[in-house]
Amino acid sequence: MTRPVLALEGVTKSFGPIEILHGVDFALHPGEVHALIGENGAGKSTTMKILAGYLDPTEGQVTFGGKPTRFAGSDEAEDLGIIMIHQEFNLAEHLSVDQNVFLGREIKRGPFLDHKAMRARTAALLSQLECRVDPATPVNQLSVPDKQMVEIAKALSRQARVLIMDEPTAVLTGRETEVLFRQIERLRAEGVAILYTSHKLGEVKRIADRVTVLRDGTMIRSDRTADVTEDDMAAAMVGRELSDLFPPKAGGGADAILEVEDVSVPGVVEDASLTLNKGEVLGIGGLVGSGRTELAEAIAGLRPRSGTVRLNGQDLPPNQVAQAMRAGLAYLTEDRKGAGLLLDKTLRENLTLPLLETFGRPLIDRGREEAALDRAIDDFAIRAPERGMKVGDMSGGNQQKLLLAKTLLPDPQVVIIDEPTRGIDIGTKQQIYTLIAKLAAEGRSIIVISSEMPELIGLAGRVIVMHAGRIAGELAGDAVTEGNIVRLAMGMDDQKDSAA
Amino acid sequence: MNTATLRQTRRPKVNLAVIAPVVALVVLVLIGIAMNPNFLSFANVTNVLARSAFIGIIAIGMTFVITSGGLDLSVGSMAAFVAGLMILVMNLLTESMGGGLPVILIGIALALFAGLAAGFINGILITRAGIEAFILTLGTMGIYRSLVTWLADGGTLSLGYEMREMYRPVYYGGIMGISWPIIVFAALAILGEIVMRHTAFGRHCAAIGSNEKVARYSSVAVLRVRLMTYVMLGLLVGIAVVMYVPRLGSASATTGLLWELEAIAAVIIGGTLLKGGFGRVWGTVVGVLILSLIGNLLNLTDFVSPYLNGAIQGVVIILAVVLQRNTGTAR
Repeated sequence: MTRPVLALEGVTKSFGPIEILHGVDFALHPGEVHALIGENGAGKSTTMKILAGYLDPTEGQVTFGGKPTRFAGSDEAEDLGIIMIHQEFNLAEHLSVDQNVFLGREIKRGPFLDHKAMRARTAALLSQLECRVDPATPVNQLSVPDKQMVEIAKALSRQARVLIMDEPTAVLTGRETEVLFRQIERLRAEGVAILYTSHKLGEVKRIADRVTVLRDGTMIRSDRTADVTEDDMAAAMVGRELSDLFPPKAGGGADAILEVEDVSVPGVVEDASLTLNKGEVLGIGGLVGSGRTELAEAIAGLRPRSGTVRLNGQDLPPNQVAQAMRAGLAYLTEDRKGAGLLLDKTLRENLTLPLLETFGRPLIDRGREEAALDRAIDDFAIRAPERGMKVGDMSGGNQQKLLLAKTLLPDPQVVIIDEPTRGIDIGTKQQIYTLIAKLAAEGRSIIVISSEMPELIGLAGRVIVMHAGRIAGELAGDAVTEGNIVRLAMGMDDQKDSAA
Repeated sequence: MNTATLRQTRRPKVNLAVIAPVVALVVLVLIGIAMNPNFLSFANVTNVLARSAFIGIIAIGMTFVITSGGLDLSVGSMAAFVAGLMILVMNLLTESMGGGLPVILIGIALALFAGLAAGFINGILITRAGIEAFILTLGTMGIYRSLVTWLADGGTLSLGYEMREMYRPVYYGGIMGISWPIIVFAALAILGEIVMRHTAFGRHCAAIGSNEKVARYSSVAVLRVRLMTYVMLGLLVGIAVVMYVPRLGSASATTGLLWELEAIAAVIIGGTLLKGGFGRVWGTVVGVLILSLIGNLLNLTDFVSPYLNGAIQGVVIILAVVLQRNTGTAR
């Protein structure tokens, strides 16, 4: 075996009195893709940040090229060729793509910037990634997957010896993921050491040479990927056998509760109609950018729209989110950090925000708020090290559970859940699936929007697929298959054979 | 439930940002006592408090505006304009009605209404027309300042002698030697603190300042709350003017000059975040007191020239912001 280029030896990390990592050994070898997997809060991010010089270990050491090293900061690590692609974008929103790619390492000609060279270099990088974005476009005009591609291009533009990727595919579609994998394979062939994290175990199985499982800050096992199955990985992550990921589906009645007719949102959704029955779980599939989220937000009163939306036969006016909520409709956003939770506020302040008026007028009753939080922590199994902590310091899975608790606080009859498990570990996923099934069993009606096919197939009895702002078709019963969903989502002809 | 993970592991941490303004205030008081034995005299203390009241009342409203992510640069000019308008109308009414209490009451009502309306105009243009708060209030700041200059025809508007004598007690009078401006300031500060800390409105202000999109998605009436913060600030400017006019009985182009900056400075020194998302009214009160104590100390001692008042205030403001930033990123 080759000598590791970057390694952790017996690394422990504490934040205050809380120890997050317990004696982790971890090595990255040149020309090897090493996957690091674990549930949210298992310590993956901390491990990556120590490797990339963002954090110092409390105990143990980092070795680079076999020699113990202490990075003064991420800059020093980057100078040595250790590049990290963060899950949250580190892009200057108002600068153009090429300005971002070369930010801090601008190509100069004398004292002046060489715009032409940087633009050409960026264009070449993007075409490697098969990303059809003009380098002159400001980043804030890009879609989320394109931003991820720009992040990747930025990393590729450096002479990386070690590339650390924190869930690069979380926001990518299947096609973009393929492109990324080809780049990873190319870099591997060039001898770059790659650390890869993902909650998608199928991807791990496919791309990684070695997989290491972290659980609660401890290394559970490390194997050659060829020697383990996806089930082994999942079991090691969760610490128990994961039986069926999805609970049995409930039927749902025949009475319509939500009727959507000819809803259009200028530029993104055209004449969408759908009906949701009482107690039903309805899936909405389609590619990112197909108008799924916009349709949901239009129904929930978060966007201007035309067409009618009726809940229990009662008309809901457009752009009146408070009225929709009072009528019994709730929407859980896909953008947990941007639109879902106040990251610098506590759990309590987040939980009660939509319904503050009901916690006492004119003065808020703190005791009732605390009681509501107690219930939410119980009902949704939210794990927070400190009750008074800021939501931004919680793991993604716990944030999502809190967001669910917040969305369900008004006791809605209809719940639209956009990407219920984005960026969430498999154990929490299962909890959320069980919860969705329970909500339906209680007689609530649910719409689940998801990019993950198994999620749609596992949860929904009926699936509507969107393509380019229109509803491309509806699938029910045995017709709900990955092949059928993909075909509709890609806008293919119905009679063509399976694309899966 | 996993009780082990829920126990309150609250470390006894001293948050510097929380106590820094209080420490600064205490230090200033101690310096004052050391330098001049008259510093703690009843006359000096009430004098400082009464002079703080105008800025203080306005700064309470400014706390809500800034907490919700807004800004209002127009309050100083607005105060001058409202004061000018009030004096002008009272003088006219004195001619037609012959003076008396009704004129004063009408004057007060007019000042309150004019402040409210001016705040409403700021708020409605910011929320409905979507104009950046900084730019819009920079504009209205110029407009109100120019209007009062025009009303006074470049000079000074003075309240008639009879009215001035009758109205005087509102500034100089009080209960048990504590003048009305101090009492009103204290009452409004307590009320403001309660509204900020314990009502849905206060919580909504902080939520909007923290992340407007999250607030909107949580069905908070973002535009209405925003508008209300400006209306409230306008009304408080009106109240400040009602307290201010009896002090000098006049208004000119220089009335209320730089009040907006003092009010904003007091809010920031008090620990409210300039970018919004967190605010506290008691901090603002401490901030106002710090700023006026600096001026008072320089007047009481000949150690440093009073002309350096602005410089020292400037240093305090910069220090406050540096402190805020350091504690904000420490974790």
